[in-house]
Amino acid sequence: MTTFVTLTAYGLADGAVLALAALGFVLIYKATAVINFAQGEFLLVGAYTFYSSFVIFGLPVTVSVLNGVAIAVILGVAVERFVLRPLIGRSPISVIMVTIGLSAILTAIMQLIFGTEARAMPPVLPRGSIEILGATLPVQRLLVVVVAAVVLTAFTLFFRYSRHGVAMRAVADDQQAALTMGISVRRVFAMAWALAAVSALIAGVLLADITAVDPHIATFGLLVFPVVILGGLDSVPGTIVGGLTIGLIKMYTFGYLDPGLADVIPYIVLVLILLVRPYGLFGETRIERV
Amino acid sequence: MPATATGVHHRSYRSDLALRHTRAEKARLVLVVAALAALPFLVDVYWLSVVNTILIAVVGAVGLNILVGFTGQISLGQGGFLAVGAFTSALLYERAGMPALVSIAAAILLTAVVGAFFGLPALRLKGLYLAIATLAAQTIILFVVRRWEWLTEGQGYLDVRPFELFGVEFVGAMSEVMWYATLLVIATGAVLAARNLFRTNLGRSFMAVRDHDIAAAAMGVNVTYTKVMAFAVSSGFVGLAGALTAHYNSTVSWERFTLEESILFLAMIIVGGLGSVAGSVYGAAFIILLSPLLLELSRLLHDLVPGLDAQFPALELGAFGLVIVLFLIFEPRGLDRIWQRVKEYVRYWPFRY
Repeated sequence: MTTFVTLTAYGLADGAVLALAALGFVLIYKATAVINFAQGEFLLVGAYTFYSSFVIFGLPVTVSVLNGVAIAVILGVAVERFVLRPLIGRSPISVIMVTIGLSAILTAIMQLIFGTEARAMPPVLPRGSIEILGATLPVQRLLVVVVAAVVLTAFTLFFRYSRHGVAMRAVADDQQAALTMGISVRRVFAMAWALAAVSALIAGVLLADITAVDPHIATFGLLVFPVVILGGLDSVPGTIVGGLTIGLIKMYTFGYLDPGLADVIPYIVLVLILLVRPYGLFGETRIERV
Repeated sequence: MPATATGVHHRSYRSDLALRHTRAEKARLVLVVAALAALPFLVDVYWLSVVNTILIAVVGAVGLNILVGFTGQISLGQGGFLAVGAFTSALLYERAGMPALVSIAAAILLTAVVGAFFGLPALRLKGLYLAIATLAAQTIILFVVRRWEWLTEGQGYLDVRPFELFGVEFVGAMSEVMWYATLLVIATGAVLAARNLFRTNLGRSFMAVRDHDIAAAAMGVNVTYTKVMAFAVSSGFVGLAGALTAHYNSTVSWERFTLEESILFLAMIIVGGLGSVAGSVYGAAFIILLSPLLLELSRLLHDLVPGLDAQFPALELGAFGLVIVLFLIFEPRGLDRIWQRVKEYVRYWPFRY
């Protein structure tokens, strides 16, 4: 029972971070139909920008987060304008490869500035432990879930009620119709990338807080694929369900079956989903069959 | 026979089907053959080993281009298929004691079968979904290879005894030159096979499926069969490349076949030119040469810029990413297209067109 509660708490924390990372991925895919292989590197850049404001320059947490948001927005908009826009209308392989190239460049820049060794960060979320059902759990992991839930709720409300959110949904639905209604598709594309970078920043900072600031944060980027395929490539609620499910499956496999298998189990789930229900749990059934 | 291409002047089917039509093309072929024959006498052992690596990569890149460039099926599973080829050949040669050629042939066949199996999702999935499915294939194959203790008898890697061909062992000072000759023959064979594949029924149906699968089906192409065959043929080439890697390095370990390897090969065909056999050769040479050339450059700049050596891995990675992004934005048809433009410029000179 104790093991079960501990594994559940850790799985939920991992899942919450995954859901945030996947949210950015889904935003980009929904608005611009681009599969972003550089999502993990966005997490990495987010974690390092926060780290440099918070630790190197010694600024308070709130200012550091705002700094991080500013840099994330600039990064997102620049990537959209200079890398993805020249490739509009090109084959999926070109778009996939350009984001892979981008991820190599971002990793290299981070490595040039910060090196590869792990850096410890003073706690952002309060440390300590509480006892639930006989298991001692770090408060921090539970708070990660709370923070992720707040951010995800904020994003959901943004899409449902704000002007920009509605514009983004309109563009995702039908670009030409959105254009005729006077929505600037370019601005929406830029906004999708900026918001994706911001959600990646938050995920990166949370991840850095529960582990450490090092290049391994980027490996979370590939785990986004099982999450979005499970939840549906274009579904925001799907990222939450998918993220938590993958996080829990991973942790239970780690605890009960085989730690090595835990790295692969998300991909086995992915293949099963692709075979049975390729558009995922909540995705639109628009997938083209051959 | 005209000196340069001035139009279509074929008088027989034979001349129409010839791979080379003009005297300029023949002269270029002679020059290339002469350069390749002279190469072992001109460069030292280190650069010859780089050339050998390129020749192996050419085989793999041609294979991947058949699938991605000519059939339009995205595959991120190259590393996994290379691993299948490498381990099969190494096991049969080392543990079962089979002759090298038999072990390589078996590796080609088995990789083709495995490739066809992992190509099955392509019957239902397209584009992005297929890319993600092959990513999963890559992860799963690599996991099996890592965890299957029987493969490496628990030591994590496999030693392969020196390559032996027709009773000659590839050891000693001349081994690099012997490898060069062998690999040159194999790579040339692979390139010619691929070049001629696209003059056959099967190759043409690959391209038809790439251009529009429903239209291809309407014209009588069996799309299911074509896609599975594309995965099988492509994986056969990749299996050959994997087997050669195993014998050439005389060791096999899973670390050589990660997702980075898949990306490296995709970069080769993007830089060289999707849907071009010659492009696969240029791309393989470009990507493999990138790292040793950067190393030379950093040695030259060693005194000017302190601390360059420590940053070399990051710079190498950055250069690699930059090359991919710049090619995709500015010359999506790759080095092959650039070479064609150079040829056209020379041919029309002093006129613009």
